[in-house]
Amino acid sequence: MEEHIVIIGNGISGVTAARHIRKLSDKKITIVSSETEYFFSRTALMYVYMGHMKFEHTKPYENWFWDKNRIDLKKGFVNNIDTDAKKLHFTEGDSLKYDKLIIATGSKPNKFGWPGQDLDGVMGMYHKQDLENLEKHAPSKEICKRAVIVGGGLIGIELAEMLNSRSIPVTFLVREDSFWNGVLPSGESEMINRHIKNHHIDLRLGMNLKEIKSDKNGKVKSIIIQETGEEIACNVVGLTAGVSPNIDFIKDSNIETGRGVKVNRYLETNIPDVYAIGDCAEQHEGINGRRPIEAVWYTGRMMGETLAQTICGNRIQYNPGHWFNSAKFLDIEYQTYGWVFGERGRPEYEKHFHWKHEDDTKCITVAYHKDTNHFLGINTFGIRMRHESFDTWLTEERDVDYVMNHLSEANFDPEFYSHYEADILSAYNKQLQTA
Amino acid sequence: MSLAKPDATDISNKQKIALAIGIIGLFILTLALFNTNFPNQGLFLTLALGLISVGIVIYSRDAYLTKLEGIKNDGVWFKSISSRGVWGWIVGVILTAFYIVLYFFPKYLGLGTDGTENTGLIKLFDPLSKLLSGRPASQWFVYGTLYTVAILAFGYKFILKYRHNRYQQLRTGSVMFFQLGFAFLIPEFMYVMNNDLPYYDLKSIWPLNYYIFDEWSVKGFLSNGNIGLALILFGIISIFVITPILTYKYGKRWYCSWVCGCGGLAETAGDSFRQLSSKKMSAWKLERWLIHTVLVFSVVMTVAMIYTYLGYDKNDFWLTRSLFIALVIGFLSIVFAGVMLFKRKELGKDAKYGAIAFFIVISALLIMHFTGTTKNIFYIKAGTLRSAYGLYIGSIFSGVIGTGFYPILGNRSWCRFGCPMAAILGFQQRLFSKFRITTNGGQCISCGNCSNSCEMGIDVRHYAQKGENIVRSSCVGCGVCSAVCPRGVLKLENDSMKGRINPTEILLGNDVDLMDLVNKK
Repeated sequence: MEEHIVIIGNGISGVTAARHIRKLSDKKITIVSSETEYFFSRTALMYVYMGHMKFEHTKPYENWFWDKNRIDLKKGFVNNIDTDAKKLHFTEGDSLKYDKLIIATGSKPNKFGWPGQDLDGVMGMYHKQDLENLEKHAPSKEICKRAVIVGGGLIGIELAEMLNSRSIPVTFLVREDSFWNGVLPSGESEMINRHIKNHHIDLRLGMNLKEIKSDKNGKVKSIIIQETGEEIACNVVGLTAGVSPNIDFIKDSNIETGRGVKVNRYLETNIPDVYAIGDCAEQHEGINGRRPIEAVWYTGRMMGETLAQTICGNRIQYNPGHWFNSAKFLDIEYQTYGWVFGERGRPEYEKHFHWKHEDDTKCITVAYHKDTNHFLGINTFGIRMRHESFDTWLTEERDVDYVMNHLSEANFDPEFYSHYEADILSAYNKQLQTA
Repeated sequence: MSLAKPDATDISNKQKIALAIGIIGLFILTLALFNTNFPNQGLFLTLALGLISVGIVIYSRDAYLTKLEGIKNDGVWFKSISSRGVWGWIVGVILTAFYIVLYFFPKYLGLGTDGTENTGLIKLFDPLSKLLSGRPASQWFVYGTLYTVAILAFGYKFILKYRHNRYQQLRTGSVMFFQLGFAFLIPEFMYVMNNDLPYYDLKSIWPLNYYIFDEWSVKGFLSNGNIGLALILFGIISIFVITPILTYKYGKRWYCSWVCGCGGLAETAGDSFRQLSSKKMSAWKLERWLIHTVLVFSVVMTVAMIYTYLGYDKNDFWLTRSLFIALVIGFLSIVFAGVMLFKRKELGKDAKYGAIAFFIVISALLIMHFTGTTKNIFYIKAGTLRSAYGLYIGSIFSGVIGTGFYPILGNRSWCRFGCPMAAILGFQQRLFSKFRITTNGGQCISCGNCSNSCEMGIDVRHYAQKGENIVRSSCVGCGVCSAVCPRGVLKLENDSMKGRINPTEILLGNDVDLMDLVNKK
C-alpha cells in the first residue's frame, strides 16, 4: 500500500506539491478544499469580474488532468486535525486518514475589529466566494452607487480596477500618506498615486476607517472616516488591509502555530509527518531578509516544489533564490528583482538611483550599497525586464555601474517598443557627477 | 455564478450614433441586394462604404480614445456578440449565409451571366470596378472590396485599441497595406496593363493559393511572355525560397500576421472573437490531424493536377510526367530524410505520424504514376480531385466555416484547422526557426489571460507557468498574449536556435541547487 499524502488546500502551493510528488513517486495523493472543486488561479479572479475571462478560464488544468495524474480531489472543510490518529475530521461529519499531511490553506483577509465589518456588502477580495459576493452586491453602477475600499495594497488596487471596469465610483482609503509606500520608494509610490487619480478613483491618502454604518436591513449604508469624521454613502465596502494565515481550524490541534503554522527550514512542523507551505506557513526566522510569512504566489509555488522532494525521500531545505515579485497597478506593470526598500525599514547602506519618464507611467529605482557599490535590486514600472538577467547579476554580485551599463540586455519589452536605457544611463551618469 | 450583463458594458450615446451610421451604410448594400435601382450607382456605393467606415471609425475613437492607454478587454465575455450570445449567433448566420451565396449562388448577388449586365449588389460595385480596371464588377470584386474595407476600418480600430503597443500597430499597418495594395489594387492594375494575365495576388502563396498551378493559370502566365514567366517563377520561388528564409528568421508570423489576407481579416475584423477559440487538449489533437490531412490532400491534388497536363515526351516540354514525379518524390524524400536525421528528437512521438504521412503521399504518387492515363488519375476523372479540393477546402472550409463561423469558433479556425500554408510554415517554425515566445523566469501567475486571448487556441499558460518557451507550430506570432500579460512574462523573439526549447520543472527564483538537480538530470 502506497503512502497516503493528504494536502489541505488546492491553491498554487498545494497543487505544486501534489504535481511534483506525482512526478517523483506513485504515492496516493488527495487534495482537500472547501473553496472549489478544482484548482484555479486566485490572481485571475479579478479578470472574471472585469469580463476578460470566464471563471473556467482561470483553471490552469483541464478537469481530466487530476484523474489522469491520479490526484484525488475532495471537497470538504476540515474541522480539526487529530495528529495522534493521523486523521482529518470534516464539518460534513466524515474523516480521512493520512500518512503525511501538508497544510497549504493560504490566507484570509484581515479584519481589524471595525464596527460593522460583518455587515452585508462588506467583503474581502480573496476567495471565489468573495467574487460571487461582489457580483451580488456590485453588479452594476445602478445597484452599487459607490464602493469604498479600505487598505492600500495590491488587492486594494485590484479591487479598485475591478469596480472601475463597471463604472462604479470608488473611494479608496489608504492608511499611508502615499500608496503602498511601506514597500515602494516615494518616487514610485507618488507616480502610482497620480495614475490612480487619472483613472477617476477617489484616492484618500492618510485616511483610516472608523466604522461602517448599516441600513435597517443589515446592509452597508455608509462609512465614517476616522481622521475627518466624513461620512461617505456606499453600497459595498472592500476590506483589503492585508491578509493573514488561514489557520483557525488548526488552533486546537497539537501543531504549533504563531501567526501562521510554525515550520523549520524543511517546512516541517513540530509534529512528525505534518508540513506546511505557502501563505499559511511561518518560518521561525525570515530567510535572507525575507519575512517569516510570505504571502506571495511565487513563494508558495517554490515551497511546493521543495517539499515534494522532502516528501519523496530527498530531504532538502527551503532555500529560495533572489527575491522577485510583480504586480500591475491599473495600466502600469511593476516588477522587482533583489531588494529595494521604501522609506520604512531601509538599511542605512542602501542608496537609490531613480529615473522617471516624462509621461509619468514609467520609472525605475535601482538600489545599491553606498560603500561597496554592489547592486542590491531594482524596481521597474512600465518597462518589462528580464528575470534571468537580474538573477545572474545578483548572483555574480555585480556593481551598480555594471548593471546600469548593461541594462539594455535585461529589456523584455515587446519588439519595436521605445527603449529608455540610454536616457536612464545618461541620467545616472549625470547624477554621479553632481553627487 | 449568475452573471447578468453589467450595465457598464452598455455602449455610449456616441457609439450608438456610430452604429446607426454604419447600419445605414449596410442598409444601402441590402437595398442594392434586393435590386433597388439607385439613380447614381457611384454615389450610393461611395455613400454605403463611406458610412460603414465612418461608423467604425467614430465607434472606435469613442471606445478607446476616451480612456487611458492599456489593455481594453473589459466585458468581452459579457457582450453578446463576443461571447457566443444571441448577437454572436445572428452575425455568424448572416456571414455564413453570405459566404454560401457568394461561393455557390452568385446570381443572387446580381451576377450577370452569359454577357448580360449585372444587377443588384454587384451592379452597385460596377462603377468602382470600371474605374479601376475598366470591366464590370464580379462577385469576387464585391467580396474583395468589402474585405478590404473591413480590414482597413477594423484595422484602424485595432490600432487604437493597442495604441500603447507598437508591435501591434506595425503589424496591423502591414496587413492593411498588403490587403489594399497586393490583394486589391495591384491585381486590378495588372489587368489594365495586360488583361490576359490570370488574377494574381502576389502575396498569396501556394498551397494557400491552390489554383496558381492549375492548367488555365499556368497557361495564362506562360502565354504572356516574360512578365507571365516572371510571375509564375515568383510563385514557385515564394514557397520554395522566400518562405523558408523568412520563416527561419522570424517564424511564420512574417506571413500569417503581417502579410496574409486571411490573417489580416482575422486580426482586424475578427479581433473581437479571438477569445472564442477552444484551448482544450482535444481541440489541439483535432487540429493536428485536420490541418495535416489538408496539407497532404493539397500536395497530392496539386501534383496530380500538374501531372495531368504534362506530356510524356520531352520534345514537347522539358518537364515530362516521369521527370516531374521523380522531382517531387526526390524533394519530399530529401525533406523527410533531413528531418528524421537532424530533428528526430524534437518530433518525439509525432515522428511516427510524420513517417506514415510521408509514405502515404509517396505511394499515392507512385500509384498515380503507374495507373494514371490521360483522362484518369487514381482511376477517377482528372480534375475531380481538384474540384473537390476547391469545393471542400477552398470554399467551404476557408470561407464558409473559416470566416462565417468567426463569432462561434473564433477568428482563426481556418488558419488553425485548415490552412495548408500554415501547416508548412508551422512545420518549419517548430523545427527550424529562430522564433519563439520567451517566458520571463518565474514571473508567471497562471492567470490565463494569455491562453484566453490566443486566437490559435494555444494554451500559452501551460508553458508560461513552467517557465518554458512557447515553440508551437500553430503560433502565428500575433503578440496579443504578450500584450495582455499583466506580469510581463511573454516576449516574442528571434534568437539563436540553441536552448530554444527548454522544458523546466523548477522555475527561476527557487533554490539554485534544486533547479540543477531537477532540471538538468
